Amino acid sequence: MYQDVILDHYKNPHGRGLRDGDAEVHHVNPTCGDEITLRVKYDGTTISDVSYEGQGCSISQASASVLNELLVGKELSDAQKIQETFLELMQSKGRLEPDDAMEEVLEDAVAFAGVSKYPARVKCALLSWMAWKDATAQALGGADADAERKSA
Amino acid sequence: MTQLPGLLDTEAIRKDFPILDRVLHDGKKLVYLDNAATSQTPRQVIDVLDEYYEQHNANVHRGVHVLAEEATALYEGARDKVAAFVNAPSRDEVIFTKNASESLNLVANMLGWADEPYRVDHETEIVITEMEHHSNIVPWQLLSQRTGAKLKWFGLTDDGRLDLSNIDEVITEKTKIVSFVLVSNILGTHNPVEAIVRRAQEVGALVLIDASQAAPHMPLDVQALQADFVAFTGHKMCGPTGIGVLWGRQELLEDLPPFLGGGEMIETVSMHSSTYAPAPHKFEAGTPPIAQAVGLGAAIDYLSSIGMDKILAHENALTEYAVKRLTEVPDLRIIGPATAEDRGAAISFTLGDIHPHDVGQVLDEQGIAVRVGHHCARPVCLRYGIPATTRASFYLYSTPAEIDALVEGLEHVRNFFG
Repeated sequence: MYQDVILDHYKNPHGRGLRDGDAEVHHVNPTCGDEITLRVKYDGTTISDVSYEGQGCSISQASASVLNELLVGKELSDAQKIQETFLELMQSKGRLEPDDAMEEVLEDAVAFAGVSKYPARVKCALLSWMAWKDATAQALGGADADAERKSA
Repeated sequence: MTQLPGLLDTEAIRKDFPILDRVLHDGKKLVYLDNAATSQTPRQVIDVLDEYYEQHNANVHRGVHVLAEEATALYEGARDKVAAFVNAPSRDEVIFTKNASESLNLVANMLGWADEPYRVDHETEIVITEMEHHSNIVPWQLLSQRTGAKLKWFGLTDDGRLDLSNIDEVITEKTKIVSFVLVSNILGTHNPVEAIVRRAQEVGALVLIDASQAAPHMPLDVQALQADFVAFTGHKMCGPTGIGVLWGRQELLEDLPPFLGGGEMIETVSMHSSTYAPAPHKFEAGTPPIAQAVGLGAAIDYLSSIGMDKILAHENALTEYAVKRLTEVPDLRIIGPATAEDRGAAISFTLGDIHPHDVGQVLDEQGIAVRVGHHCARPVCLRYGIPATTRASFYLYSTPAEIDALVEGLEHVRNFFG
């Protein structure tokens, strides 16, 4: 379960710390008390930053670091595909052997495949990804609302 | 092997628990240190459960056939065993529930619906403590929200004890009920009953004691405790899940109203109204957990055959050893009393910055089962500024060698994440 990639991200997290953003969310995992505050910044539909601060287990913290590494600079549609693929992998109960196509999409996040065998830990791995999805909906939903207000 | 004075013959005892022979993860021997969550089940209890289902299974009371009479005798026999186990003045003071949570909720609901002088309403106060399990917090929050009663609590000292310095302000003439844990499931603290009961009696408040972490581990005497109600659960004391106990003083059980209505709890029923059976049946609506009660009776026989005083001495010796060994682990901070004095055999700790879930997972890879998280006592974690703890908890079959394995395992955890 504890792949070196996961431990590396845990010990040396990418992009940690809160910076300017379009929306902020706070998510918790009540079973173990993992917490994350996450902000997204968009430039149109390109993700210009995902910043975060949190506390929790190595899985939840490493997962947030991997998310930052993978998603910053991506187009929203590509990021959504990565998020959905990661979700599919994490919900596979260890039955999914990531193929080349999946590895290409997920890069370092493939290292979490082993976590999907541990039901108690899947939520840890998904915490930041669910927070990102929520923050994105708020940021872009808010932007759409702003655009509507301006055009009205 | 480490020899400590007061230890039980664990070699013999462990033969009674088939699950302790399990081998996990490519040959790692199970080291089961999660006894505060649930205890393992001895062969003697498993056999009684098998025999019940193979020979005696029927619904209890009123049946006129052989099986119904046997099942009733076994179920009511279990009540006798529980009554003797806690030194209850009467067997009719023992109510079977499904767990300690239900027992605690039952009292909260009795008081919410009660007439004077027991009634909890907006002019009265409820007292609990900051170290309660959620099952002794949430029912009182619900009662407080529904009735307008004020919920108050005792805080904690830095070393994991109840802060009773303001006892006269916390328990007042307005207090109707004081509900507190005898031994904390997260801190291990063994609380001073006498001081709290004395103050409660001064103001005429009822006392409910959550003995979930006490009944399995030490002699329990409800008369010596001088409480009005005592709650505990079967599965933490070598019994099956699905069976709990509420002991209550007989005159209170006579006066207080039922909570759940249904079969078994009535005397007569018409379409307009009903009258109720005497306690304990008044509080046991519907088909009870029969096999589970019988299993709890067998667990009590098992524990009594070893002796609760001997089990207490065994655990005291283990706890003292565990505190000493754990204190040797660098960066380890015990959350709760730092000595073995007045504490039960559950020890919570943090290990540097390593999250308890990571500690628990890497220990599991070595076959060591501990519990991680807030242990259904989140206010305690908030009080000490930590997200969660790792908890090791011992029982009559635990050994010093298992504590050594835990300490070695923790060294491995430190190296792994270091």
